[in-house]
Amino acid sequence: MFKNHKYIAFETIVIKEVRRFTRIWLQTLVPPAITISLYFVIFGNLVGSRIGDMGGFDYMEFIIPGLIMMAVIQNSYSNVVSSFFSHKFQRSVEEVLVSPVPNSIILCGFIVGGMVRGLLVGAIVTGMALFFVDLQIQHPLITITVILLTATVFSLAGFINALFANSFDDISIIPTFVLTPLIYLGGVFYSSALLPPFWQSVSALNPIFYMVNTFRYGFLGVSDVPIGAAFFILILFSVVLFGSCLWLLNRGTGLRS
Amino acid sequence: MTTAIAIKDLTKTYANGFEALKGISLEVEQGDFFALLGPNGAGKSTTIGVLSTLVKKSGGIVEIFGKNVDSHVYETKLDLGVVPQEINFSQFERVKDIVMTQAGYYGMPRSLAAERCEKYLRKLDLWDKRNDRSRTLSGGMKRRLMIARALVHEPKLLILDEPTAGVDIELRRSMWEFLTELNESGTTIILTTHYLEEAEQLCRNIAIIDHGRIVENTSMRALLKALDKQTYIVELATPIESLPNWGDAPVSATLIDAHSFEITVAATLTMSGLFKLFLDRSIQVSALRSKSNRLEQLFLSRLDNARGESADV
Repeated sequence: MFKNHKYIAFETIVIKEVRRFTRIWLQTLVPPAITISLYFVIFGNLVGSRIGDMGGFDYMEFIIPGLIMMAVIQNSYSNVVSSFFSHKFQRSVEEVLVSPVPNSIILCGFIVGGMVRGLLVGAIVTGMALFFVDLQIQHPLITITVILLTATVFSLAGFINALFANSFDDISIIPTFVLTPLIYLGGVFYSSALLPPFWQSVSALNPIFYMVNTFRYGFLGVSDVPIGAAFFILILFSVVLFGSCLWLLNRGTGLRS
Repeated sequence: MTTAIAIKDLTKTYANGFEALKGISLEVEQGDFFALLGPNGAGKSTTIGVLSTLVKKSGGIVEIFGKNVDSHVYETKLDLGVVPQEINFSQFERVKDIVMTQAGYYGMPRSLAAERCEKYLRKLDLWDKRNDRSRTLSGGMKRRLMIARALVHEPKLLILDEPTAGVDIELRRSMWEFLTELNESGTTIILTTHYLEEAEQLCRNIAIIDHGRIVENTSMRALLKALDKQTYIVELATPIESLPNWGDAPVSATLIDAHSFEITVAATLTMSGLFKLFLDRSIQVSALRSKSNRLEQLFLSRLDNARGESADV
């Protein structure tokens, strides 16, 4: 056994993952930047100028944290689900399964790979946002913590999706029919104060609503949800999803016959 | 001598109820070149899958170099290199990256990984292709790449699941040379193949598996000795109209055409005796060749026997 073998194995998986998505940067980094820029131009600039203030802020300023969060969620998830499923599909996952890499290291390697892509796209989107608004961060620590936890949660969720997926259809069902509606209904474009009481209660069941609002709090200092509750939910999801992923990996679900 | 692999009462039943392994027991000594043969679906790949942990066994005990694969997961994996039947590397990565990544999975420091990567890519004639995407390699190169990848951590035990399938004869022979050299340097090798000539050429011991059971497990020499007759094709220098009378000689023959005939010879008759028979009958032989590989005849007869016995039961 080599010294630092676990760390080297972890680093190998992360480098492989980063190399994968940077090799196909036209598919992985450019499209989200273009899509989010269109949101800035259409919703922020054109439509937003007619909407006026939202939650006491200029509409463009209000939606930017949510749009950054949207990019991070979608890219963390899709990186892990597509990469891990491709490894399964091409059977190259066997390379790591026959080697002495502990399951926890395999999991951490893929999750960090997903986080790196999510955060990199988030950084690109933030850079684009600077063309439209002079961004100020009120609570940097909260902003960084919540974005890291969110990237972790959605990387883990993508990993579970990949373990159970048997076809490329299976890796697009969750993002299309679950993730996108939850993001759009998670308060990216509006304040929950605009909703009737019933729909405010429904929003409270959407975990993304907490993530978006806490991230917005980091930027603007205002939130529709209690920050403590939002962190509790994020940490709870991270722990439960990590445990579930590890349990599934140890069982060999979707990997070992 | 140390036992490289010890398998006891290994069973595997898949989720669909298919019993792939029905209690096989097997031992492979350290340093051996061992053939695991069997028809398609016999259980060879399942056995390899269990050894490499890609298949979860239903029962039994598996030990690699005296360590149980269930309780010493990481140690046993360090000793093992696997070359699977199917191509299983990313088609989009560069040749060198595939081998370097595998070294990283074994926790190898980068400088040592680079050294080993060059060593094995050179040995397998892939060094010039190191910067090429793996999908651009020929079928034979892809197989060699899988061998280089399996060797990068220099395992004590190498399992090759049909490594020469679809490989041209020239390349196959160069791979035989490489594997023989590797075995001579101390690596235990387990080979599954459909080319019985390959097993006969390379392996010292053999197990034949059929329907999830071991039907033969012996040394190659002992197995070949058990061949009680062999069939040859005789090419004639001078054409003949009909076959002569062989008298009491333990042979039977069939004329193919005026220039060749097929003769089945009992193991009791030596080659000198056979040629004396030809000389005594004025048969001018220009060439003589085995109708089929010796191991092939034995393989088929063992399978027939095993199937006959299970039908009787």
